Amino acid sequence: MIHSLPRSLLTRAASGAYVASFFAFLFLPLIVVAVFAFNDANYPAPPWRGFTADWFIGGVGRVGLFADRPLLASLGTSAIVAAWVTVLSVAVGAANAFLLERVRFRGKSLLALAMLAPLVIPGVILGISILAFASRLAQFADDFIGVELEFLRPGLPLVVIGQFSYIVSIATLMIAARLKRFDTTLEEAALNLGASRAGVLRTITLPYLQPALVGAGAIAFLMSFENFNTTLMLVGSDPPLTVMMYGRMREGASPVLNAVSLFLMIASALLALALLQRPDARQD
Amino acid sequence: MTATASADLAAPRTRLALFLLFAPALIWLLGLIVLPHVDLAALSLRARVAPRTYEFSFANYRTFIDEPLYWHTFVRTAAMSIIATACTLLIAFPTAWYIVKIARGQAKSMLLVLCLIPFWVSETVRTLGWMILLRESGVVPHFLVALGITAQPVELLYHDATILVGLVYTSLLFMIVPLANALESLDDALIEAAYDLGGNAWSILRQIVIPHAAPGIAAGSIVVFMLTLGNYLTPTLLGGKNSLWFTEQIYAQFITRFNWEQGAAFGFLLLMLSTAIVWLGLAVSGQRFGDVMRRA
Repeated sequence: MIHSLPRSLLTRAASGAYVASFFAFLFLPLIVVAVFAFNDANYPAPPWRGFTADWFIGGVGRVGLFADRPLLASLGTSAIVAAWVTVLSVAVGAANAFLLERVRFRGKSLLALAMLAPLVIPGVILGISILAFASRLAQFADDFIGVELEFLRPGLPLVVIGQFSYIVSIATLMIAARLKRFDTTLEEAALNLGASRAGVLRTITLPYLQPALVGAGAIAFLMSFENFNTTLMLVGSDPPLTVMMYGRMREGASPVLNAVSLFLMIASALLALALLQRPDARQD
Repeated sequence: MTATASADLAAPRTRLALFLLFAPALIWLLGLIVLPHVDLAALSLRARVAPRTYEFSFANYRTFIDEPLYWHTFVRTAAMSIIATACTLLIAFPTAWYIVKIARGQAKSMLLVLCLIPFWVSETVRTLGWMILLRESGVVPHFLVALGITAQPVELLYHDATILVGLVYTSLLFMIVPLANALESLDDALIEAAYDLGGNAWSILRQIVIPHAAPGIAAGSIVVFMLTLGNYLTPTLLGGKNSLWFTEQIYAQFITRFNWEQGAAFGFLLLMLSTAIVWLGLAVSGQRFGDVMRRA
């Protein structure tokens, strides 16, 4: 029942308890990960053996996060991939938004639908289709032109391409949603007052779009950083963080994984806070 | 596609500007989506008859039918995904209701943000949390022994139920947000009126709330089902060797066995199932694809 109708004490208690246990369920795994990053044991499991920072800074016979070179390298790899995906997705997403909102052409509604399609293709399939197609192109180039196109073989360029192929859909949606609400009379006024088209774009349209561009960029970065399915199919010899963590989790966990997870949680919480601070940057 | 710049000043006019707007979209959609999938289809329809010699064949699809392991895994993945979607809906609905219709003011926006936070963290991290909680030496078995419920620590990983818990957990946000949006637009006065006219909680839910929330329910269910079907991380880590998830078969054929033709056929089957269910969901609920995706 809704808040304005009388609710019995029992109903209130029951619904309160339900929501409380729902949020406990939601946060339990995260809390456990954070807590065991500080447990003084070689394995992230109870009982609690006392507080330690060994899993960050290292200790006797223990390699901490800050000395774990492969893990740090994968963190760096993820950041580089995410940066590329962000730049590409925001740039192409903005171009798509202008195409959908500003140009009239036949087949536009079809194109708009096609732009959403990557969101309903399972990530694993996006990955294998791009893997197979890139490999065919590489084979073709090798056979007929005699050029070895290294970037078409599994590796970071393919990971960037694979992630971009669906993240750009989200960027397009976010930027187009804001462009749709733009009052074009502002641009007309500026043009009437003698501004050049490039000047109007730079001083009026892009500043208006900026919150959506920043929001789409943040989402793109985060989705790229967290992507696993598509990345797994396209990865070469240097794994991004999610693939690296997956491999180690299969072998049996060390609390270093908890340490890097805690780092990720703090980083994404800060990113979330920064975005929520700017209410106009939030998109529906 | 022939483009005509519209009459108003806001439209790009020069051919160059139009070309620059069309080029990225076409390169993306043709080069990264359409052609790779056509190629995948072609790959799945050929068989190797001799080294570097291939011919057209349905052999890869026949293997899928002839080998029980493959289609069992396929059916099992679909069934588990449907169960996971239903569980997600049942668990998320009361929470969405509470956030939208019962919580007020500050609490309301705070609860919604609280829902979002776990999903800002990678699925890998959340799965790590579940592994620490559920494995034999983990937190939950430890407490079960301490509370005297079980004599020995029990292994809670590697069961179907564990996979379901993990899948439901990862999916909750994608259900809560569309549900909350749909419930937000339901006028409280309708519920008050129904209540004054003698409706009880069940009849109000069935006759007013569910019909109104149907678009949100459809959007959430479609997205959750699709994500669950295509999930790889959660079933393999929480289900271990027993998980028998279809994406694993695709990975095994493509990466482990290097049998791309077979892997492509499996990939296409999964894509067809996913597309069929999305289409069915849209048809049953009378929704349009574009609206659903924007809602989600």
